Amino acid sequence: MNLYAIRAIYRAEMARTGRTLLQSIVSPVVSTSLYFVVFGAAIGSRIPEIGGVSYGAFIVPGLIMLMLLTQSVSMAAFAIYFPKFLGTIYELLSAPVSFLEVVIGYVGAAATKAVILGLIILATASFFVPLEIAHPLWMLLFLVLTAITFSLFGFILGVWADGFEKLQFVPLLIITPLAFLGGTFYTVDMLPPFWQTVTLLNPVLYLISGFRWSFYGVADVSVALSLGMILLFLVLCLAAVWWIFRTGYRLRE
Amino acid sequence: MSIDTPAIEISELGKTYASGEQALDGVSLTIRRGEIFALLGPNGAGKTTLISIICGIVNPGPGRVRVEGFDIVRDWRAARSLIGLVPQELHTDAFESVWNTVSFSRGLFGLAPKPAYVEQLLRDLTLWDKRGSEMRTLSGGMKRRVMIAKALAHEPRVLFLDEPTAGVDVELRRGMWQVVRRLRDNGVTVVLTTHYIEEAEEMADRVGVIHRGRLVEVEATATLMSRLGRKQLSVNLVEPLQAVPEALAERDVSLAEDGHTLVYDYDAAAEETGVRQLLAALEHSGVAYRDISTRQSSLEEIFVNLVNHREDGAP
Repeated sequence: MNLYAIRAIYRAEMARTGRTLLQSIVSPVVSTSLYFVVFGAAIGSRIPEIGGVSYGAFIVPGLIMLMLLTQSVSMAAFAIYFPKFLGTIYELLSAPVSFLEVVIGYVGAAATKAVILGLIILATASFFVPLEIAHPLWMLLFLVLTAITFSLFGFILGVWADGFEKLQFVPLLIITPLAFLGGTFYTVDMLPPFWQTVTLLNPVLYLISGFRWSFYGVADVSVALSLGMILLFLVLCLAAVWWIFRTGYRLRE
Repeated sequence: MSIDTPAIEISELGKTYASGEQALDGVSLTIRRGEIFALLGPNGAGKTTLISIICGIVNPGPGRVRVEGFDIVRDWRAARSLIGLVPQELHTDAFESVWNTVSFSRGLFGLAPKPAYVEQLLRDLTLWDKRGSEMRTLSGGMKRRVMIAKALAHEPRVLFLDEPTAGVDVELRRGMWQVVRRLRDNGVTVVLTTHYIEEAEEMADRVGVIHRGRLVEVEATATLMSRLGRKQLSVNLVEPLQAVPEALAERDVSLAEDGHTLVYDYDAAAEETGVRQLLAALEHSGVAYRDISTRQSSLEEIFVNLVNHREDGAP
């Protein structure tokens, strides 16, 4: 295992975040905080409690998950897309580095940033809404697993993308709608029966449900199913990344 | 690993891209340790593809490549750790500092940080004063030197330089040649591709000519020059001539500069060059001359002749 290579990639990526703090950390925290202000402190007080939880507090796990998903994908996608775009990928391809080491470096850094971001948003939320975390270790497990899984997904996106438009397309036009329609602002049983069935096809629902359970002990689907869905997606992403490096898809000619 | 193991050993290497373009066709080549080998060829000849395959950037086709005995597919990690690559284009992260980008390269190749080595490297390449500067603030020449520093950061035994002095001014080019010679003196094998024939002539111990994916010639630079090179004798006349004197008509002589100069092409390696007879014939014809000069044909002329020779369908 080329540990020095993993460390070099990881540190370079973390340093890049340090140079773009406004875009990487401050901007997502501020935009999420606006939700807490509007739906928590302002409108939230006029909306009845859901499952014994105030509306402002209810939306916190969903909003953290929304930010976690979009930022994990974006950060990992940009991390591998930029070397392709700039041409510096030649160094990665010519180095004695295995696909596993490359992935650990890039995905590890993106997941770390996403988890830090999630924890900052959580801390910020506590200023606006009353928060409780019933199962803190499970909360951390969901946070870390989701960050890793979607960073892997972002890595695949970054390899696949051949332009900036495609990089933006998935987080903005696929993940964000799925998160909004996956129970960020409501529970499944608040929907008409037909839409309840449709919503169950949304994979993000399982992530938000499991994450919310770790906060308040209430969930739309069983926790085991939520965990299973994350692990399934993780395995699928790992298989795709393994195939990319084996074939050199969009990396090696 | 035997000391006699070649630095690079390529046998019957082919490469056809997905587009159907055949970039390499059965290339076999052995590059000895510690030599400077120049790969010459026109654009699209297959030089960069060959280098890219050896370095791991392009998937290899049929055939086999070994770097100091390590197969680039089976022992890829060992093979790659021996290689440093300076690509043709100046690919850099614009916002990264010189120090960080060179240190990153060392880490990527699996070596522990060694600030003293990186410092020496930057000093050798006259980049030490710029160590804290972002890449985007550097001139093209400086960026080129940073690329060399990155390629040397992991102390490679084989260094590939793909068009290292393209777009670089003469002074900097000579500076780079010094760096390359110093590397060779330290036992590093250097493989360079270049458009500047004078660069190969000046630097290389051996030259390989690649054309349409095939290696058409591999020879020591001096041997290639003497085997295929020709010399030209110019005789500056006192009075201009209207035509070549009858006594010289059978020789490869022509008039130039409005009859002021007689030009004689001859084979420098031949047992009898004909120079003595030519001068005797001039004396005999009563043609007075002011000066005599000779010129060796350049590697460029040899290269063009070789390529044209192949294009004419000669074996």
